[in-house]
Amino acid sequence: MKTTRRIDSIENGIVIDHIQVGNGMKIYNLLKLDAAECTVVLIRNARSERYGRKDVIKIEGDIQLNLDLLGYVDHHVTVCFIKGGEIVEKKKLTLPKRLTNVIRCKNPRCICTIEEGIDHVFELTAHNTYRCIYCENQSKA
Amino acid sequence: MRHMIDPLDFSVEEVDKLLGLADDIAADPSRYREVCKYKKLATLFYEPSTRTRLSFEAAMLNLGGSVLGFSSADSSSAAKGESIADTIRVISCYADICAMRHPKEGAPLRASMYSKIPVINAGDGGHQHPTQTLTDLMTIRRRLGRLENLTIGLCGDLKFGRTVHSLIKSLSRYSGIRFILISPEELRVPDYIIREVLQPKGIPYEEVTSLEDAMPQLDILYMTRVQKERFFNEEDYIRLKDSYILTEEKMKLAKENMAVLHPLPRVNEITLPVDDDPRAAYFEQVQNGVYVRMALIMTLLGLADQPSC
Repeated sequence: MKTTRRIDSIENGIVIDHIQVGNGMKIYNLLKLDAAECTVVLIRNARSERYGRKDVIKIEGDIQLNLDLLGYVDHHVTVCFIKGGEIVEKKKLTLPKRLTNVIRCKNPRCICTIEEGIDHVFELTAHNTYRCIYCENQSKA
Repeated sequence: MRHMIDPLDFSVEEVDKLLGLADDIAADPSRYREVCKYKKLATLFYEPSTRTRLSFEAAMLNLGGSVLGFSSADSSSAAKGESIADTIRVISCYADICAMRHPKEGAPLRASMYSKIPVINAGDGGHQHPTQTLTDLMTIRRRLGRLENLTIGLCGDLKFGRTVHSLIKSLSRYSGIRFILISPEELRVPDYIIREVLQPKGIPYEEVTSLEDAMPQLDILYMTRVQKERFFNEEDYIRLKDSYILTEEKMKLAKENMAVLHPLPRVNEITLPVDDDPRAAYFEQVQNGVYVRMALIMTLLGLADQPSC
């Protein structure tokens, strides 16, 4: 008897929804999902009522997500946490106020370039840009 | 515990109070000669700066305190590879307050995160120099009697000039300020200053290349030196270093009560005869720098409200 498995149903895991088209692979790589041992599905160009088209990533199993990194790469994303086939929590991501070790400061004059053990910390400005807390060098969101 | 890392660390009210204390010190420095008795200032200077270091040391000595420290990275444990975080934890055991100059931007902020004593940023690369800003504000206030309703001309290296960036940010908190930004194309004020400081507050500004045209409008002319150490390329430095030179002839175009400020040291951007013009305020600025640093040390040590001698 032929068995089939529906890829859109997850029993326990995470769905990263409403990813802007084209960002799916980027997020897949940044979250290092190629090295994850659980089942991961990347859907590209899925139909979306809200955006027309979207990418979606479905992850079956427990995994720790860096939501700051995710919000920085694509703040349109919705993260759904699923248990027993039900959505138990839904997080609409926004640009994080503070990013630690997500962006690296590229200013050669910044203390970040020489101080051992220093975190690269950027804060969101009122203009949706990120600035290094040390040298105020800008990195666009 | 308070630090002074960015000139905006203090509110307008706190700055006014500090400048008031500095004015009081200027009126009679002898009243403050024992305020910091038994207190120690550590001057941690990782790059050469005779002027700022001596100003801090003079300020602490004037207050009856004492001073220890180093004046170049070569003579500090940084040469052995010690981190800022470790250095400040050690210095916190030796002194009551410290002033740090460092070629890397953000070094004093890093120090303040690990420090048990107040940290004063005495200049971090091309980034901030808050005590110079306080000095500038004190000089403007003493010369013109106000920090509001002024047309300020900033001239020279507006791109790398940290004193310029800090002064724009600080003055933008006062009403009726207008800036005339005088520089060659290559040394214009960074875009973010325009976009995030001037434009959101609706502060009028002009970017011009002619110092002569701007002169008649100015209440303050803030001259700067094109700093060799801020350039990676020496050719660019040589091409731009003589862009603006303030002469007696140009001073004739200015208002009678205009004041010329300069963070010093100057090279050739203000000719020597201008020194004799009563509108030249840059050496007065040096003296004010000592008073304002005295006021800042007292404030950060929690001694500003104590009765003087």
